[in-house]
Amino acid sequence: MTITVIAIALALPAGLSQGLDRIQHWAGSWHGQATQLSLFLRPEGTDAQAAELASTLVQRDDVAETSVITRAQALAELRRNGDFEAALGVLEDNPLPPVVVVTPTPTEAGALTRLQAALGEYAGVDTVTLDREWLRRLEALLSVGGRLAALAAVLLGLAVVAIVGNTIRLEIQNRRAEIELHKLLGATDAYVRRPFLYLGGLYGLAGGIAALALLWLGGLYLQPAVSELSHLYGTAGGTPDRQMHPPALGVLGGGVLLGLAGAWLSVRHHLRQIEPT
Amino acid sequence: MQGGPLVRFEGVSKRYGGDEAIREISFELARGELAFLTGHSGAGKSTVLRLLALLERPTRGRLIVDGEALERLPARAVPLYRRKVGLIFQDHKLLPDRNVYENIALPLRIAGLPEADIGRRIRPALDQVGLLHKERALPETLSGGEQQRVGIARAIVSRPPLLLADEPTGNLDPALSAEIMRLFKRLREAGSTVLIASHDLSLIQHMGERMLVLNHGRLQA
Ligand SMILES: Nc1ncnc2c1ncn2[C@@H]1O[C@H](COP(=O)(O)OP(=O)(O)O)[C@@H](O)[C@H]1O
Ligand SMILES: [Mg+2]
Repeated sequence: MTITVIAIALALPAGLSQGLDRIQHWAGSWHGQATQLSLFLRPEGTDAQAAELASTLVQRDDVAETSVITRAQALAELRRNGDFEAALGVLEDNPLPPVVVVTPTPTEAGALTRLQAALGEYAGVDTVTLDREWLRRLEALLSVGGRLAALAAVLLGLAVVAIVGNTIRLEIQNRRAEIELHKLLGATDAYVRRPFLYLGGLYGLAGGIAALALLWLGGLYLQPAVSELSHLYGTAGGTPDRQMHPPALGVLGGGVLLGLAGAWLSVRHHLRQIEPT
Repeated sequence: MQGGPLVRFEGVSKRYGGDEAIREISFELARGELAFLTGHSGAGKSTVLRLLALLERPTRGRLIVDGEALERLPARAVPLYRRKVGLIFQDHKLLPDRNVYENIALPLRIAGLPEADIGRRIRPALDQVGLLHKERALPETLSGGEQQRVGIARAIVSRPPLLLADEPTGNLDPALSAEIMRLFKRLREAGSTVLIASHDLSLIQHMGERMLVLNHGRLQA
């Protein structure tokens, strides 16, 4: 019973932070692939100018790929959004400029901002937008998730301390006669304390092992879905399987430390009250 | 070892709340001596033993054991002091989930003796109480007299200079009681200093040993 509760309390934050790590890993790999810069030409710009600009830009080292959205394509795209249908009908000419879409080579924020500025200098370019808002939001969300996981780890860690402390308290009560006898026979406080500290550490260790089993089972259950996702997003160069392994040493070590802490607090409080009479 | 008496009470009183359990008690126990502490129920016999085991501190007076003044002994020195005193209880206080060997090994483990030495010490102790063949038995499978002998073996196994027994025959019939008392005499002959509290006058009067008689907390001349 105690061990099951400890296992759950240890497995939850470990699993949560593992999941977050994984999402962060994907988000990182999307940076390069999903980030695009859109170069809107001036209203008088032609599709031919856009095509020429596209072929010039693709020669830059920091540009991986370019493509053109012609005026007609831009209009068709807007039409598909429906809401603008009526407004567009009023207009005689197509008011939309052609767009050159640039896929950058660099992925970090600084380089992208510099590229954005450089692209704005080209003749005929009106504005350059960097389509990264959604990624920022995801990162903000992930950071909230990370804090929640840390908070859960702290609260559940306290729960482990309390559970082990309570189990040790019951154990001390059950062995009251034995403890009194040991003191009568000249046992020091340290000697009387030791087995209970060991017991607390053992509970923590057993809970940690059970937590790893839970995480392993959870991993098995999630693995097909995770592989599918990895495949869909073409996670590049990663070693996705290795990352699904839980932080075994952390879970075991954390379990032992929390178990020892719970036992120590309990022993400190309850053993003092037992004196032979 | 030092010369002089092993135990020396100098005007010792012990007060519980408003009542004095023992008053102005003075006596000595020589090394290798056996004495009975007797008196009516509530006379203060257990209190004298509890002071000697440092389960209580005297309210007044001096109490010297093996050259150490107990009233001045700091709390952290108590465990080490208790290892010099072998305690025997009316209810044996054996651990029911451990066999005879493990029960007797307890004081040696507490004293931190190596396992090999523990094995070497237990057999002579069991031999002295005549229970060599019961090493592996659980306490509940033994008779009352045998359980008390295991308790005595546990008290003598670490060869403490002082043995204290509080009503050691309180739960035994007269024949078994006489046998236990004869065992204490043999222990004295083996060199122990023994103080036995017992209210069973008819038993101890015939033993021909020194008697300390308590009456309402005072020692009778
Ligand atoms: N822990 C205690 N608290 C209060 N009074 C006690 C305590 N222990 C003993 N007494 C009192 O001290 C007196 C002596 O008790 P005790 O030494 O046990 O006597 P005996 O062992 O001779 O029967 C008794 O009046 C008893 O009620
Ligand atoms: Mg008594």
